[in-house]
Amino acid sequence: MTKQIPPDTYFMQGNQACAEAAITAGCKFFAGYPITPATEIAEHLAKRLPQTGGIAIQMEDELAALGAVIGASWAGAKAMTATSGPGFSLMQENIGYAFMTETPCVIANIQRAGPSTGQATKCAQGDVMQARWGTHGDYTPIVLSPNSVQEMYNLTIRAFNLAETYRTPVILLADEIIAHMREKIIIPPSDKIKIINRKKPKKTDKAFFDTEEIPPMPSVGDGFNIPVTGSTHNKHGHRYTADPIVHRQLVERLFEKINKNANQIINHEDHNIENCEIIIISYGCTSRTVDETIELAQKKGINAGSIRLKTLWPFPEKIIQTIAKNIKMIFVPEMNLRQIFYEVERTVHGAVPVLPINKIGGGEMITPEELLTEITRSVKNID
Amino acid sequence: MPLPFCPGCGNPTVMSCFLRAVHELGYEDLRKFVFCSGIGCAAWIPSPYFKADSIHTTHGRSIPAATGVKLVRPTLNVVVFGGDGDLVGIGLSHLIHATRRNLDITVIMVNNMIYGMTGGQMAPTTPFKAKTTTTPYGNFEHPFDVTRLIVAAGACYAARWTTFHVEQLREAMKKALATKGFAFIEAVSQCPTAFGRRVGLKTTKELLLWFKENSVPVQKAKRMADKDLVGKIVVGEFIRRELPTFTEIVHETIKEATNDA
Repeated sequence: MTKQIPPDTYFMQGNQACAEAAITAGCKFFAGYPITPATEIAEHLAKRLPQTGGIAIQMEDELAALGAVIGASWAGAKAMTATSGPGFSLMQENIGYAFMTETPCVIANIQRAGPSTGQATKCAQGDVMQARWGTHGDYTPIVLSPNSVQEMYNLTIRAFNLAETYRTPVILLADEIIAHMREKIIIPPSDKIKIINRKKPKKTDKAFFDTEEIPPMPSVGDGFNIPVTGSTHNKHGHRYTADPIVHRQLVERLFEKINKNANQIINHEDHNIENCEIIIISYGCTSRTVDETIELAQKKGINAGSIRLKTLWPFPEKIIQTIAKNIKMIFVPEMNLRQIFYEVERTVHGAVPVLPINKIGGGEMITPEELLTEITRSVKNID
Repeated sequence: MPLPFCPGCGNPTVMSCFLRAVHELGYEDLRKFVFCSGIGCAAWIPSPYFKADSIHTTHGRSIPAATGVKLVRPTLNVVVFGGDGDLVGIGLSHLIHATRRNLDITVIMVNNMIYGMTGGQMAPTTPFKAKTTTTPYGNFEHPFDVTRLIVAAGACYAARWTTFHVEQLREAMKKALATKGFAFIEAVSQCPTAFGRRVGLKTTKELLLWFKENSVPVQKAKRMADKDLVGKIVVGEFIRRELPTFTEIVHETIKEATNDA
């Protein structure tokens, strides 16, 4: 009854690829609220999920959408929602709840220009820090950044796999350009796709919130009598809000279960980094102009390489630190007013100059020419 | 495990009515139940005191969580406990929409007319002119008639009783639990600590007597003028009907879509 999309080459929209990937990953529950530019995910799943035995519903707001996803996940279903900036802001309380209760779920945030309603139909990359720190308290999120329709598919499956592996919410931080773009995508045969399901407890298991780094997750209705709470709780799930040690151990474990496994979580792609003198670090739609920029730079005698981040959080510090040792300069183009830039600067810690290249408004991308102009000028200055 | 409630609180009465109702319906344990609750004193009735699965959510979001659970596991009895602040303050839209959808769950709202856990602030159910910590000159607002609102939104079962009417409350809970479709119980309850002592009803006894003397049966209320019902608590069964449930409709649709695909 899975009825996944058959393996083939397709011409598809990014949001549709995300929806199809959810089905392939085993998603059986979607709850959403209409919002540009994420609505196609809800529309596509509303049609496709019931065909695969799954549930797709529309809720009264984004608070309810993620709330229902969390309930569905505790009932044993792989579950997701999709939204954009304004809805992502509303979801923050339940994102915190999902962290604290260790509820696997996927939240696709298709970025548009903010703050507030901003430019609803225009692309931006302004939610990078909100994805990292949006809800209150200490936690480490997993945030993935696709840069093609193919990656909307691949990284959505990966988001479900990571959510199930680490028992945590995972954010697919896409952007309007990638989500609305239509391009070629190859759907591989299902035996070539790795699908991970959550670790279930044994009948005799009693602690589901603390015995190990990533505890097994029971479902409600299976006879385990689980109390699930967003308040500080002990290993049995019982609220324990007066004890400093219980809180410290719980939150530090939630923080560390992601950080300790950062090497397994972090993915990136590099290009021409062996002998280059400058590096462009990019992600999402902005990375689409980088390859051409590198070619143009080479014609001008500048040997440029690039790193494309597929995981934004946890931040790929080691990868950037290693690269920074042998180069003259790092450029960070973003469709925001400097967000990943500061992370790169913090990471290289003065070892090499880091330069931001930023553009916001109207969904206009940074063109290869604009990127090249900035690079040429800065390289001249340093020589 | 000691209960967290203040002396004289109405929550243990509601808890006891519920457990007796479940027992009298023939359930040996709470294995077939999942409880969802939000934030506030009433949310502590099931969690973690019942030997059952419970999801204690963020403030006001118990009904969305219950929606996800019920749709994925339709055979489980999903029961929501919450206070007036949780369910009709911050969570009102979820309550109305779940009613409109006819989600097949039971919602038990303990209405103590105040935000008790935070120390007695004005709630959407606080009587007009009542003094609370955030309305020191008296409440500017008029309270919600929640049960009537739920009837209008399309509930299959709705009843209001007070913690004075223990027998009736328990019987109403039995009917609610046996209802196919959205069932709602409003249990008007006493909070001597954060409400009663500021409105001149210092003890549980005074509050319960106030409930007794001000309660009007719903049939009698229908014949009374609006002005005569100001400050009264209309009690009884407001609606009982059968309608196709959200869970049934969603799963029938899935069956059809799976066959067509």
